[in-house]
Amino acid sequence: MSTSVIDRPVSKARVRGLRSTETIPTSRLIGVELQKMFNTRSGFWLLTGGALLSVVATIITVFADPDLSYGSFAAAIGAPLSIVLPMAGILAVTSEWSQRTGLTTFTLVPHRGQVIGAKLAATLLVGVTSIAIAFSVGALGNVAGSALMGQDTVWDISVGNALTIFFADGLGMLMGFMLGVLIRNSPGAIVGYFVYALVLPAAFGALAAFQDWFERIQGWVDFQFASGQLYDGGLTATEWAHLAVSGLVWLVIPLAVGLRLVVRSEVK
Amino acid sequence: MITVENLTRTYGGFRAVDDVSFTARAGRVTGFLGPNGAGKSTTMRIMVGLTPPTSGTALIDGRPFAELPNPGLDVGVLLDASAQHAGRTGREILAVAARTMGLPKMRVEEMLRRVSLTDAEADRRVRNYSLGMRQRLGIAAALLGDPAVLILDEPANGLDPAGIRWMRDLLRDYADEGGTVLLSSHLLHEIEVVADDLVVIGNGRIVAQGTKEELLAAAGTLVRTRDVAGLTRALSAAGIASSITGDGAVRTDADAEQVGLLAMDARVPLTELRAADGAGLEEMFLELTAESQREGNTEGVAA
Repeated sequence: MSTSVIDRPVSKARVRGLRSTETIPTSRLIGVELQKMFNTRSGFWLLTGGALLSVVATIITVFADPDLSYGSFAAAIGAPLSIVLPMAGILAVTSEWSQRTGLTTFTLVPHRGQVIGAKLAATLLVGVTSIAIAFSVGALGNVAGSALMGQDTVWDISVGNALTIFFADGLGMLMGFMLGVLIRNSPGAIVGYFVYALVLPAAFGALAAFQDWFERIQGWVDFQFASGQLYDGGLTATEWAHLAVSGLVWLVIPLAVGLRLVVRSEVK
Repeated sequence: MITVENLTRTYGGFRAVDDVSFTARAGRVTGFLGPNGAGKSTTMRIMVGLTPPTSGTALIDGRPFAELPNPGLDVGVLLDASAQHAGRTGREILAVAARTMGLPKMRVEEMLRRVSLTDAEADRRVRNYSLGMRQRLGIAAALLGDPAVLILDEPANGLDPAGIRWMRDLLRDYADEGGTVLLSSHLLHEIEVVADDLVVIGNGRIVAQGTKEELLAAAGTLVRTRDVAGLTRALSAAGIASSITGDGAVRTDADAEQVGLLAMDARVPLTELRAADGAGLEEMFLELTAESQREGNTEGVAA
């Protein structure tokens, strides 16, 4: 083939310069990220599994707990959810690197901060919705369970306490999100989460049990300990301060570092 | 149009891309050729903003890629067909991309037809795709926004001969319509058929670039004889350098007439005497490839 451009018929259909003029709105990206959380097999089963678990937990509570109250349902449903939601937060971020979809995502939207922001919004939307559903399932279980067992229906969670539980679950999800942004690898971030959520609190707890000086400062340095108070509600000003300080150290600062790395790193 | 100027990317002390400059013009297919690890993919990643350059610029119609408001509508990119979520279906992958760009859903169906993926295949998870199917899906994703510029890294990998033919025709049509096509390959023959312009890279540096005609014309003369020793003796006596190609022919930069006269004077009977047509390019390319496969790079590639 030795034809040159000159003697080839050129229709010029693509000689038109750049045509994209409007930037991609973040609201659209949030929709896209929500879709991406559900349209993979792992994401779909993680979130569907979480919903199924909450129903199973409700049924078990009806038959296993002799003193039914709303609190017992909330605790039973909240436990699996507090594991599932951070996982969803982790995978929303890490799959871009572990499954290498970032190659496409970050060429379609070069502003990585905008993508991560949309992921955060989508993650929190899923979290809030899931927790709201869990509260509703728990309420249904409480009404149906107490009727079934012939007990009085006991509502022992105040609105304020419900809000702090919401907040605690949201923080757990953010913790997963932060580890996803910081580690950018699915297995690594999941292991990291269990270290954060199980190993560290156990270590801090042991230290507090044997060292008086540590017990006095535990609230300031142990984020899981400080955020655990949210489940019981009625936090004092000092306990809120504990949460703010330990949250800054364990959540906000690592998240800022992770965001900086995401924006500057190479996507391969 | 893609304009790359003095692009350099280092990793520690290693210069993966070393002062690379070239232009991929509209209406042309530009072949980006080099052995594995020569810096092709790194250069392409820098073009689309995935890798920050150490210095230099890469512009799409005069603008950095990251400043394009909705880049998918301007530049179609396929860097690695395997970089997709294995648990997502082909159709979902295109749907997500189309939604990101703000395109209607019917565009997904159009592109699936364009790359000949059937409905059943489109609903399969990418985990179960062959490499050829992934390449087709990747091409569909790149074409989705009807961009004026295509950047494709080894798009023919994994395609069967009919698929390679299809890809070639598609890229040819795209350029004939005025589009800019940049495609990389480590196979000279694959790219020679479709490219108008060639950029050859080795060890991070550009070693040759120009139109295909220029590069092929600069390839010298190819001579065959049963008396190879006699011929090379005659050539070197006349101060003409020559080399022996892989299949026993002699290649030299002198023109055919001069070689014919010298052979006649030396009474060396020739069996073939013609313009080398790319043999020089191939030789240079093989040299590059051989060098990058040797441990401890040796000097000797003309820049």
